[in-house]
Amino acid sequence: MEEIRTDVLVVGGGPAGLSAAAEAASAGADVLIAEGDLHLGGQLVKQSHKFFGSKDEFAGTRGFEIARLLRDEIAQCGDHVKIMLNTTVSGYYPDEKLVTAMVGEEEYVHISPKKIVLASGAQERLIPFPNNDLPGVYGAGAVQTLMNVYGVTPGKRVLMIGAGNIGLIVSYQLLQAGVEVAAILEAMPRIGGYWVHAAKVRRLGVPILLRHSISRAIGGDVVTGAMVCELDEKFAPVGEPQKVDCDTICLAVGLTPSNELLWQAGCKMKYVPFLCGHVPFRDKNMRTSNSDIWMAGDVCGIEEASAAMIEGRIAGMSAAASLGFKVSSENFEGCHARLHNLRAGEVGEKIRIGVSGVTVDGWEANV
Amino acid sequence: MDLIERHPILDFSHGEKVSFSFDGRDMEGFEGEPIAMALHANGVRIYRKTPEMRRPRGFFCAIGKCSSCFMVVDGVPNVRTCVTPLKSGMKVETQNGRGRVNLFAEEAS
Repeated sequence: MEEIRTDVLVVGGGPAGLSAAAEAASAGADVLIAEGDLHLGGQLVKQSHKFFGSKDEFAGTRGFEIARLLRDEIAQCGDHVKIMLNTTVSGYYPDEKLVTAMVGEEEYVHISPKKIVLASGAQERLIPFPNNDLPGVYGAGAVQTLMNVYGVTPGKRVLMIGAGNIGLIVSYQLLQAGVEVAAILEAMPRIGGYWVHAAKVRRLGVPILLRHSISRAIGGDVVTGAMVCELDEKFAPVGEPQKVDCDTICLAVGLTPSNELLWQAGCKMKYVPFLCGHVPFRDKNMRTSNSDIWMAGDVCGIEEASAAMIEGRIAGMSAAASLGFKVSSENFEGCHARLHNLRAGEVGEKIRIGVSGVTVDGWEANV
Repeated sequence: MDLIERHPILDFSHGEKVSFSFDGRDMEGFEGEPIAMALHANGVRIYRKTPEMRRPRGFFCAIGKCSSCFMVVDGVPNVRTCVTPLKSGMKVETQNGRGRVNLFAEEAS
């Protein structure tokens, strides 16, 4: 079997992985990016909305345009970065420090990296209700991929579950694609996302039903509707459920880190609700308890792409530095300051608490 | 194919249009785009039936992580159609149950 050698293997070519690869390569390391999908950019490629926050982190730029900027940066690294698309890293063998990956559906390769940056992202959560497996019940990210990347509408009339930022933004994007949104349901008594996103869909006449949830999907072979119920303070259904006609039920109920490789690598992990799942302990340079493995982005806790990109830069620089490549301390400090600013304020509070519970001063074995 | 033709923000640049078959029916899709997207654009919603309960399954995560869209492609079962690029002449079939690998054909080739 073919064995591929590289200084740094970056698992995942999304915002975190591309940023890590760009930094490691510009420090002089040879980098291989293994990306499971057919293109680089991760979930940025389907984000047609403009980013918020500070100008340093691409505020005002649309997600798919940020993906283009990152790809341009990678292209400038020339031969230092190799890219394998449609390549899913499936295993890590700590004794041999060997990685196995699947290219397409039938071909396997071995990768033998000196260091690894895991930027494998996240996957969508599902909520339990009868018939939640029927075709027509789709993840919100999947709806964005179908519609914003490939130009295919998910259906004619969508019921959105979840009024966080993803539920609100995807509802607006559905309307932009000419799809009707029957309603947005939210189990909590308040809208979870930014008011500006909620205001946009309300202005277009989409009802946002707080304290409501789906009690079942209706349909034989595919979704034809849903039963919707009101919830009391303890999230128990009250009153008679109402029928809503729809051919698509879109779940925007959160993400959880895709952390399988971190478990395989024996990284020290902890369940952190504010970071949406099991996440690894890390030092301030994103190194895990396994001294060969760094991580960045949603795999170390669900957060915004802007944070993922800075974490990626820190991880990429730190992995390259561990191999003896020169990285300026100014760059490190700059990135740490940007990350600090991004998480400052009310919006970043949960992230700050979550991250502080899994951050260590340093790893003894590495010093 | 049912495609978004006008969009306020996005321009869709599709690749070459190619023919493929789904359960013996001729369909069109764009080369290099995932099989699952081409099927969805052609109105196909059921991609497989589960092994035990025979429940229909279709598109779900679209990023190769959930296994909902497994199908038989050119005789190979359990293909993640959401991240497998469409090629001209592909034979795509609904997967019933676990799917079967023809080991004898493999040895002969």
